[in-house]
Amino acid sequence: MTAVTAAMAGRKSRWPFSPWHLVLIPATIVLLFPFAWLIVTSVETPAEALHFPPDLTPHVIRFSNYSAALGAAPFGRFFFNSAVVAVTTVLCNLVLCALAGYAFARFRFFGRTALFIVMMATLMVPFQVTMIPQFIITKWIGVNLLAGAGIGHIGALIVPNAATAFGVFFLRQFFRTLPIEYEEAARVDGASRLAVLLRVVLPLSAPALATLAALTFLDSWNNFLWPLIAINSTNASTLPLGLATFQGAHSTEWTLLMAGNVMSLAPMMVVFLIAQRYFVRSVAATGLTGT
Amino acid sequence: MTPATVIIGTFGAAPIIWSLIISFQNDNGLSSSAPFAGLRNYRAIAHDPVVTQAIGHTLVYTVLFVPLTMVVGLFLAVAMNRKLRFMWVYRTAAYATMAISTISEALVFIWLFDPSYGIVNYFFSLLGIPQQQFLNSPSEALYVIVVMTIWGWSGFAVVIYLAALQGIPQDLTEAAAIDGCGAVARFRRITLPLLSPASLFLAVWLTINALQLFDEVYLSTQGGPLGATTVLVYYLYEQAFVNFNFGYASAIAYLLFVVILVITAIQFRVGRRFTYYRS
Repeated sequence: MTAVTAAMAGRKSRWPFSPWHLVLIPATIVLLFPFAWLIVTSVETPAEALHFPPDLTPHVIRFSNYSAALGAAPFGRFFFNSAVVAVTTVLCNLVLCALAGYAFARFRFFGRTALFIVMMATLMVPFQVTMIPQFIITKWIGVNLLAGAGIGHIGALIVPNAATAFGVFFLRQFFRTLPIEYEEAARVDGASRLAVLLRVVLPLSAPALATLAALTFLDSWNNFLWPLIAINSTNASTLPLGLATFQGAHSTEWTLLMAGNVMSLAPMMVVFLIAQRYFVRSVAATGLTGT
Repeated sequence: MTPATVIIGTFGAAPIIWSLIISFQNDNGLSSSAPFAGLRNYRAIAHDPVVTQAIGHTLVYTVLFVPLTMVVGLFLAVAMNRKLRFMWVYRTAAYATMAISTISEALVFIWLFDPSYGIVNYFFSLLGIPQQQFLNSPSEALYVIVVMTIWGWSGFAVVIYLAALQGIPQDLTEAAAIDGCGAVARFRRITLPLLSPASLFLAVWLTINALQLFDEVYLSTQGGPLGATTVLVYYLYEQAFVNFNFGYASAIAYLLFVVILVITAIQFRVGRRFTYYRS
């Protein structure tokens, strides 16, 4: 802290604490209230939940809503599907976008610019424009090529997102900021291009790869519209889709719904809290690349 | 040809052209052949009152959601851009909204805003406000969706603004303070202009997402009551995957695309005049 800000802070010393707390505490209560009320409802009895005016604290904390929700819908299965889809999508994106991004960053090949422009165009088009053909293509793939990647299987949630134009663009931009001398030196020493990418470029790109992984994971985990279209069974549902179906079937059983909701959002919340810095830095990076 | 270009070509690029072709066809998604329909789908859009309503709802939603989210995000980010005890608690509370899916978010808010047993109506009764129907009311449902999505996006806006605020060198504001510039003037004349690239980014990003609103509507109102929350993408979804009017739905998708392009272009054009880049 420099002298001026110290002097400005000193001027306010008649407060026992910073007045900003008076702003931040109510704001935080508002931000956290939906989470708190969600948890409170999930441990109440239906009679308590449907009592008006509501009791702000549950009388007895009970977890039977959770076992009831687990009995009514396979949340473990939804979690497993979400995790498989998200992790596989992230891994595919890291590998495929790195390969393509490196090609666009460093190789000269016929049609590179044209191909790159086409790729960028897909970034501008909203998903709703491409979802109908994507549905038709996915259906065709399931019938003719690979059943596991067709409509109704979780592969349908992975294959279309296994590489994204955003990922290729993002890594290409990053690779171009690396000093080319290292790569040239490795080439002179006889390393193949793949070896240069694996041994020289990728180790230098850890922050960019981490950002891409975090953003892809969040996207995949929270995706709803495409699973809604592509998945038609409880068994293959991801958490958002499973939760939506669960809500449709139990729309007035609030204690049950909130228990299911807690189970749906808890895993991501835990991952997020553990890796908070890393997620926040990644989201901030979208803003910095965008401006 | 890398695998990535094959995947992006198949699922990203080719469908752009393909859906344009479908939009000129009478495709019902079931029969294998789709007769050519010319401009019939587009003409039908022009005469479909639901489309006009859906555009209206989408625009009302966007006009409310985008600026309000930016104001909330800016306010919280400015408050959080300082060293205080427990700051990590405040920041984590804001960031946590980013980890919650749109479906979880909508489900919590449906319960909070339940007309009979919801806690919001209880708070209203404490303030002497009569009980509201919220999502069951055609005149209120869209605003409840605005509230839930502002909450859901506030963490994102905070992250973007906080990153931008931390990029502002302290000596600028300090120099202004020495010159006798008050806190409000410092904020208006120095901080806000230096935040303008972040504001432009947020405005564009939030608008693109607002125009594509779907998840919350699907879960909370299914476009109702009485069509009051039928936004463009919800109507498109109904046409495509409930009625299987692929041709008509593709035409609506292209309409959406044009709306997004035009609005984004205007934002960049207008934004350029108000945006200050330091470098």
